[in-house]
Amino acid sequence: MERSVKLECRGVWKIYGPQPKAFLEQHNGAPTSDDFEKAHSVGAVRDANVQIYEGEIFVIMGLSGSGKSTLVRCLSRLVESTAGEINFEGRDLLTMGDAELIDVRRKKMGMVFQHFALLPHLTVLQNAAFPLEIQGVSRKDREDRARQMIETVGLKGREDHYPRQLSGGQQQRVGIARSLVADPDLWFLDEPFSALDPLIRREMQDEFLRLQSLLHKTIVFITHDFDEAIRLADRIAVMKDGCIEQIDTPENLVMNPATPYVQEFTRHIPRAKVMRLESIMSPGVPDGEYAGDLPGHLTVADTVHQLDEASLPFRVLDEDQTPIGTIDARAAIDVMIGRGVE
Amino acid sequence: MSRLFKFLTSGPRLFWLPLFLVTWALSTWSFALYKALDARWIIRFPKQYELPLDVWISCAMSWLVEEAHFGFFSFRDLTRFIAAVIELPYQMVRSLLIDGFSVGQGQQAIEIAPSISWIAIIGTMAALAYYAKNKALAWLAALCFAYLAIFGQWESAMVTLASVLIAVPIGVAGGLMLGILSYRHPWFERTLRPVLDLMQTVPVFAYLVPILFLFGFGPVSALVATVIYAMPPMVRISTVALQTVPEEVIEAGRMVGCKPRQLMWKVLVPTALPSLMVGVNQVIMLSLNMVIIASMIGAGGLGYDVLTSLRRLDIGGGIEAGLAIVVMAIALDRVSQAFAIRRVRPRPDPAHPFYQRYPLTSAALALTVVTTLLSLYVPAFRVLPEAVTINTGSIWTTMMEWINITFFDTFEAIKTFFLTSLLLPVKRFFAGIPWIWGILVVGIAAGRLGGWKLGLISALMTLFIAANGLWAKAMITVYLVSVSVLIASVIGIPLGIWAGQSARANNVIGALIDTLQTLPSFVYLIPVVMLFRVGDFSAMIAVVLYALAPAVRYAAHGIRSIDSELIEAGKVSGCTERQLLLRIKLPLAAPSLLLGLNQTIMLALSMLVITALVGTRDLGQEVYIALTKANTGQGIIAGLSVAFIAIIADRIVTALARNSQERLGIK
Repeated sequence: MERSVKLECRGVWKIYGPQPKAFLEQHNGAPTSDDFEKAHSVGAVRDANVQIYEGEIFVIMGLSGSGKSTLVRCLSRLVESTAGEINFEGRDLLTMGDAELIDVRRKKMGMVFQHFALLPHLTVLQNAAFPLEIQGVSRKDREDRARQMIETVGLKGREDHYPRQLSGGQQQRVGIARSLVADPDLWFLDEPFSALDPLIRREMQDEFLRLQSLLHKTIVFITHDFDEAIRLADRIAVMKDGCIEQIDTPENLVMNPATPYVQEFTRHIPRAKVMRLESIMSPGVPDGEYAGDLPGHLTVADTVHQLDEASLPFRVLDEDQTPIGTIDARAAIDVMIGRGVE
Repeated sequence: MSRLFKFLTSGPRLFWLPLFLVTWALSTWSFALYKALDARWIIRFPKQYELPLDVWISCAMSWLVEEAHFGFFSFRDLTRFIAAVIELPYQMVRSLLIDGFSVGQGQQAIEIAPSISWIAIIGTMAALAYYAKNKALAWLAALCFAYLAIFGQWESAMVTLASVLIAVPIGVAGGLMLGILSYRHPWFERTLRPVLDLMQTVPVFAYLVPILFLFGFGPVSALVATVIYAMPPMVRISTVALQTVPEEVIEAGRMVGCKPRQLMWKVLVPTALPSLMVGVNQVIMLSLNMVIIASMIGAGGLGYDVLTSLRRLDIGGGIEAGLAIVVMAIALDRVSQAFAIRRVRPRPDPAHPFYQRYPLTSAALALTVVTTLLSLYVPAFRVLPEAVTINTGSIWTTMMEWINITFFDTFEAIKTFFLTSLLLPVKRFFAGIPWIWGILVVGIAAGRLGGWKLGLISALMTLFIAANGLWAKAMITVYLVSVSVLIASVIGIPLGIWAGQSARANNVIGALIDTLQTLPSFVYLIPVVMLFRVGDFSAMIAVVLYALAPAVRYAAHGIRSIDSELIEAGKVSGCTERQLLLRIKLPLAAPSLLLGLNQTIMLALSMLVITALVGTRDLGQEVYIALTKANTGQGIIAGLSVAFIAIIADRIVTALARNSQERLGIK
């Protein structure tokens, strides 16, 4: 199945230092870590190549200082890249004039921030309506639309509260409402749940998945939490020191790490959480009795109880609901205890 | 050579003692040396080499006023235009508050509309206070303004209020604009910063003369001087307030597609509003601080009353008008502070009628209309009749006389003790230092503490003072500031430490310090002169009182902001309270104490210039003489000298604070 590319960046560099452009040219566009140290420069993003498909959840994952926040700011042009090109819906974002860029941001992009970035002098309703106010939408229209969004994120009844009167989770719901009020195609979320308590975080992740099942946005999601990444992502880019180490599905990251760093990082991730039934099933569906059908994109961890309770194997279905293989409790347990892996 | 340089900048600890001993020896025997060698240049900068800078400045000034021309209009036209632009709104506000609107000149003037009734003004102040905070503040504001009416200060107070009401918006708007420019363009901030440094350290008196030349004697000059004096903190505060808006909020604004102007006025300024209000409060307080000084160049009102009373040595009148300024300052300060921390409240329901949505505005408007209309028929509604007001002047005079007669010997003994045991020895030490050695010592000390660049600049600034023939007066300034700062620290730091450790002490001391800081600097002079008459000792007391606040504040802040884990670590190790204080709290509070010292020095210097009025013989006096002689050059040179002393002290203490912060690993 071929999906169209929504956002693509090629050879993007972001260098902080005295003369970043000249520095990059001097080293033929590929400076090494030693070069950076000598020039007192920092390569926050180094030669990033990313393709983000329409409708997918693309997670950029890395520890603090790995350049993930800088990369997402390059993608939204909050930060000017030192070199490279970024294509958004076939247009080059980096050569765009100010007026065009403002227009793209108003109509096509939404962003959620780690510390919510709500305006303290505006109510919940006014905050959510702010992007439309900036565009000059009439008060009634923008407030109607904002009211809808607030209801969607589950804050109905708090329209007239001020941000400081809300809990962290509620504030972030306002942030989400604001980022979606102009109905953008591309949705950036910069560590949206990192400032929240673990329990709230989990709740917000569920909420996020629910929203995405309704809205089908193209999403770039930043996190430093690998559990969060594998829970939400279609694909993950792992970053280290400004470089993208690997871009892959959660499953492949764990099973086939491309670099020692990724391996080290994924070592302690329980296989069952990332392994999908499709990958461990026995292909082919012989005639016989089955306990039931399971969609192939579920993970072992999602289904292990069902598998364990049934005495018979299950059929595994692909996206078109066609049976493509079978699976039983034994195979699931093999994954969980690591039997047969290496 | 390089070894010598190294010794000077980073040599062994045994550096300060020899330096001091040499300075002391030279100071003690400089006069003898001059006599023995018959070399007068040792103690005096040779007259033939003195720079004629003051003459040049005066000439440039008169050229500007009399001859400068920009094609279509002359410089004088320009200043007249500015004066007219300021004068018009000032007259409007003044008419509104007290004079009433009239047509015609002098005796033939016919009043066409009355001024607002005093009751309405009190009511409006109370409504503002209630809107900003609560009922208690409303009572405070109402009582303060009622005081002005009851004690017969109403007319002067309204004239003063009118100038505050004009100066503050100009200062705030101008400060905000410059702050926005500094925020947007780093180069602009870099150019502006030294200008602001100078504006805040050059004594006010120094620029009164050029303003007089440009705008003439009158309320406009006073307003211009007030704005120049009150604006710099607003510039700084707005720059910092905008810079501290969280990056994410700005990014959020950019991501929703704000244009630059939308970003500034819809995102940055509203988010920074609470900090900006702190700046507004500063502008108000500084404008009030200028009230008395501005009356030297033509402002009327309370300041003028104080000044004339002081000149006539009318003790009662001075105290009366001075207290009125204090009362007004307290009211305006508390209300504007309340606005700074005021929380946004929900918007009123637009379904309700106006008077229900905005009950305060409606009430104030109604009160204004009713009382002002009544004042057309009943004069008592316009201004409280004099027969009802209470005159306290004679009471104060009697009280002061009684105190002076009863305690004369005690005061005299205190004064003599301080003069002989502290002031005179320090004075002799500073006054004796030969100027060449003085320049060297300043350079060496600054260089060692803040690097060779600072050393060089400091030496050059000191040379500037000497080369303009102001060495002796500058040393008097340094001596008075040193003694005052010493005493202020000895009193202030323990108070601050106490306040930092005990919440109850903090309540009392905090309130005291708040009140001290609300008083316009000039007010300190009144009681001091009355008790101790003119001279260095009176000047010192006024300076100490004025400069006490930062010493207390920063000490308390330093103690309070110590990481509580460190104190717990000390307790767990078995420290006694005393050890806790000496071994943990004080060392950690050191950077904060030094910043407090810096502020204390700055305030002391600014106050010292004002004390020239009570007869010190320092640079302040030089500036004051220039003012009375209307000598632009002399005033500016002396003013710059004061500013240079302030800048040298500031840079040295800041370097000290930075060193100690680095040692402790605090940013």
